[in-house]
Amino acid sequence: MHTFKFIRPQDSAAAVAAAARAKTAQQGADVRFVAGGTTLLDLMKLNVETPERVLDINRLPLDKIEAAPDGGLKIGATVRNSDLAHHPIVQRDYSVLSQAILNGASAQLRNMATTAGNLLQRTRCAYFRDTAMPCNKREPGTGCPAITGSNRTLAILGTSEHCIATNPSDMCVAMAALEATIHVQGPKGPRAVLIGDFHLLPGNTPDRETVLEPGDLITHVTLPPPIAGSKQVYLKLRDRASYEFALASAAVVITVASGNVTRARIALGGVGTKPWRSHEAEAALAGHPANHANFRKAAEAALRNAKPQSENGFKIELARRCLTHALQMAATG
Amino acid sequence: MKDDDPQSGPSNPTRRAFLVTTGGTAAATVIAAYVPAHASITAEQSDAAAATAPSIEDAVPITLRINGKDHQLRVDPRTTLLDCIRETVALTGTKKGCDHGQCGACTVHVNGRRVNSCLSLALMHDGEEITTIEGLGTPDALHPMQAAFVARDGYQCGYCTSGQIMSAVALLKEPCGPDDAAVKELMSGNICRCGAYPNIVAAIQQVRKDT
Repeated sequence: MHTFKFIRPQDSAAAVAAAARAKTAQQGADVRFVAGGTTLLDLMKLNVETPERVLDINRLPLDKIEAAPDGGLKIGATVRNSDLAHHPIVQRDYSVLSQAILNGASAQLRNMATTAGNLLQRTRCAYFRDTAMPCNKREPGTGCPAITGSNRTLAILGTSEHCIATNPSDMCVAMAALEATIHVQGPKGPRAVLIGDFHLLPGNTPDRETVLEPGDLITHVTLPPPIAGSKQVYLKLRDRASYEFALASAAVVITVASGNVTRARIALGGVGTKPWRSHEAEAALAGHPANHANFRKAAEAALRNAKPQSENGFKIELARRCLTHALQMAATG
Repeated sequence: MKDDDPQSGPSNPTRRAFLVTTGGTAAATVIAAYVPAHASITAEQSDAAAATAPSIEDAVPITLRINGKDHQLRVDPRTTLLDCIRETVALTGTKKGCDHGQCGACTVHVNGRRVNSCLSLALMHDGEEITTIEGLGTPDALHPMQAAFVARDGYQCGYCTSGQIMSAVALLKEPCGPDDAAVKELMSGNICRCGAYPNIVAAIQQVRKDT
């Protein structure tokens, strides 16, 4: 691990000011905020992250879950994943989020990992994590050995010729289906970013994963008011029963009236280079009878543009079945 | 349970002292070079050792409250909570397995909640309440979970055991369904290469039933 200066800012403004001097907030950042540390410390030990300054935001007052004025929910940046998953309002009104979080990591890690940290969780691609290997995300321009190498767990949606790394988060997939908004305090003031706009596709710049700029501090996330009568399911498929990243997952929030789907919000995990909201699947379902044939059609729509790599073609059908089954669970649950 | 027993001596050697004094020449040299000061010191002595240790560049002063005792330390900012507990404070019951949050051997409690101490910086825990396996019970008065692991044979080599027990004790206060499957899910962050899982689950269920 490289040496760094450890700083504990007194308030959010001081944190923003201290981080604003960074050259980038993306890969290679010389200043990093630390909350749970579960991603950052892991990658610092591998020398994938080499910040010169680490700003500890754990003592800032960003750890509350509160009702939002519009009837939604405000979730602080440093709320631990376990507290979020077990919060009574989340369990009652946003259960897909609770399910997603409890399907991720381990109890210990969920006690450490935070809302903001999970939004910024880095890929598990083995080439990204190994500094002996080329990687366009870690060192732009060096190439992507995953495309011709080990890619069984990597992405089939949103890839580019420069990067096929999967976004590993479960929480973000549920937040995509819940249409969360991410609130950022930056050097120029506060701003709000829809979760669909927060993560970037790799394109030609896989080192840029989010819209964050130097000094930007995620302060909280808001969820819209709950959808009355909605059914919510997070279904995660993986190589073992627990404590493993998704090969494919689906977050569904659907409303069914008189046998018809009146509203559907659908996102996929484990298959995309970012948390994968599927407007195609939603459009295929809305207004149609809630039955298995239509769920399958929605799943086919969601994966229509999937691009398999040498080892992960199985993910296309796996993701289709995952989404179909999740919709079936939601409709009958 | 306790490696750093102050009563340790030639007639009552600790496992650590035994390894250091009786290992093969090469092994003994390696171990002695790696933990010269820690081989026989107690946690109480470690503060004095830290005070006289060579100064660390850019070291930061912190107070770590471990098992009810304050330790005034100066640590390199890179020091993980795990390394600080083991190497600086010399409480070696907490184990280093993968060092990347994947195995659970390093599990300790911070303010009553279980965490992977390998993925946390010591500096992040200034003033917080830390509990390690040494703070749960003593050889003469085991914590009920420690006693249950003994009674149910919840280990083979023992390397993961302190992490398993710290996780299991924390689990008692967490939302957890009554059946074995719920226990297995909440214990999935603790890996046991010997495969003692059935007995670990049995030990935890015994304590849940008895309390």
